[in-house]
Amino acid sequence: MLPPLAVVLFATAISLIFFWVPEDAEDPAQRIFYFHVPIALTSYACFGWGAWKALRVLWKRDHRADVESYVAIHQGTIFGALTLVTGSLWARATWGHWWLWSSRQLVLFLVLFLFYCAYFMLRFSVEPGPRRANLSAVYALFGVVLTPVSFLAIRLAEDFIHPTVFTRDGPQMTGSMFAAFCVSLAAMLTLFATFYSIELAGKRIDAQIRELREALS
Amino acid sequence: MRYFTDVATLARKDLLLEVRARDTLPAMLLFVVAALVVFHFALPSEAGDVAGLGLLWVAIVFTALLGLSRAWVAEREQGVQDGLVLSPADRSAIWLGKALSSLAFLLLAEAIALPAFWIFFTGLDAATIAGVLLADIGICAVGAFVAAMSTATRARELLLPVLFLPLAIPLVVGGVGASVVDGPGRYLAFLALYDALFATICWASFEYVVTE
Amino acid sequence: MIHARGLTKRYGEKRVFAGIELDVAVGDFTLVTGANGSGKTTLLRLLAGLAAPSAGTLRVDAERERVGYVAHEPLVYRELSARENLWLYARLYRVPEAGERIGMLLERFGLWDVRDERVSSYSRGMLQRLALCRALLHEPDLLLLDEPHSALDAEGSELLDAELDGSRATFVVATHTPERLAARATARLALQ
Repeated sequence: MLPPLAVVLFATAISLIFFWVPEDAEDPAQRIFYFHVPIALTSYACFGWGAWKALRVLWKRDHRADVESYVAIHQGTIFGALTLVTGSLWARATWGHWWLWSSRQLVLFLVLFLFYCAYFMLRFSVEPGPRRANLSAVYALFGVVLTPVSFLAIRLAEDFIHPTVFTRDGPQMTGSMFAAFCVSLAAMLTLFATFYSIELAGKRIDAQIRELREALS
Repeated sequence: MRYFTDVATLARKDLLLEVRARDTLPAMLLFVVAALVVFHFALPSEAGDVAGLGLLWVAIVFTALLGLSRAWVAEREQGVQDGLVLSPADRSAIWLGKALSSLAFLLLAEAIALPAFWIFFTGLDAATIAGVLLADIGICAVGAFVAAMSTATRARELLLPVLFLPLAIPLVVGGVGASVVDGPGRYLAFLALYDALFATICWASFEYVVTE
Repeated sequence: MIHARGLTKRYGEKRVFAGIELDVAVGDFTLVTGANGSGKTTLLRLLAGLAAPSAGTLRVDAERERVGYVAHEPLVYRELSARENLWLYARLYRVPEAGERIGMLLERFGLWDVRDERVSSYSRGMLQRLALCRALLHEPDLLLLDEPHSALDAEGSELLDAELDGSRATFVVATHTPERLAARATARLALQ
């Protein structure tokens, strides 16, 4: 049910963004924002879902939730990487630079991306089991605290890093633009849900196969 | 009150171990002074005092990392960590004791580093020192916690900088801001906020790092 | 004192044991037997509270300060002396009149002469004796011993046997050579 829904939403979003929404004379590459911001928001949603599952791992000792947390964070990191890429493309198209330290969202995502890449390094360095589940869950919860703290830090850093903020962080949106934005956001979230359930199903099948192998040997 | 007695017992034990082994603190001292000399050569002559202050924070973070990478070694060696976890002491007290002893080492290293910086580069005002003290708390709280996590992995000390640096970024922002900007109050308040938030989450979740 | 039903422990995909039923009454001496790798150490760790069960229920009616545990490793700091190590544990376990108790244990286990030397200079047998001192320091009601005889020399083993004889604590002892302790055992649990 999810995959066809995702396809439909995505197709709708693309057609709205490319054919329906009025063009912004000032900012020709603005269409990228219709992808960039929904992808960013979806990434936050992924990390939030991963943190919720992490809480269940620790609180309820529900180790099924460990896989769910991992998959959510995995997806979040992929969407996070896409956020950085789309943001960079927009910066290049609009300002001629591949990176803008003055863009708060981009810098925040860079910090979070580093943080969640470390999550994978942590996970791959521990044998599967309760210890890995616990350490991953604790780290995922640290991410939840780090996100607003980093955002605040980045805002404060603007005082001495780049005193003049010369970019807008997002266009003002009129009605039709907002509608297209919402469709795009729905599409991205459904895409996450689709990939999440597919990856999760794959991991569960893997686990079942290993259990069978263990039982047979 | 027993909680704080346990924390003090554990922190004192770490200080005693360092007095015996005498390896961590001398290394930190030598490292931080050497780093400052490297920074002198790394800065072009036009770079002002402000650049130097930024590098002070780099020196502090990496000196702390050096010390933190050794923080849990003694516990790992003879499985002593299990002995501590078995005891009636609260598991979070184990973390807090370690954070406090790490803080003591960092402060001792800075007692040499800050005057050295003063001599080599530029003077330090009260706001900078306050920033250093507040940031030290955050560095040691989060650092001791993350060091315990990395000790539990195969990669051990290799993982520590990877886990620690993203978490340290806000501290660097707070510290540099306090040193450089005219109204340091906001940055000092931010550092205090970081310390409060992260100390809380460390305190609440250390149990899960040492049990399985 | 201990009740376990359907106790299961998994590390990742590896299942160490499953469905263990265990009842230990106060004063029992339970022997846990099984080949190497059968999960004796894991079971003791669960009973000690160092790990949580993957499934099943486990109830241990003793708080941490009433439990003593002897592991494969001695759980002492190498750079501290025996006395300093025992003082550390005495403070954490809030042992009353710690100085006297420490002195008494060190003497009983033949470590008095080396009490102020760094543990790193000890032999394996001496380390195990120190581990016994550590486990007995707070006069626990429940003693979990993981192959306690394995690292001991003859004299140390005799000291341990004397301790087991004189004690009214509840014991759960893991061993892969049950003959030595079979006489004392009031119950046995065999792991596959």
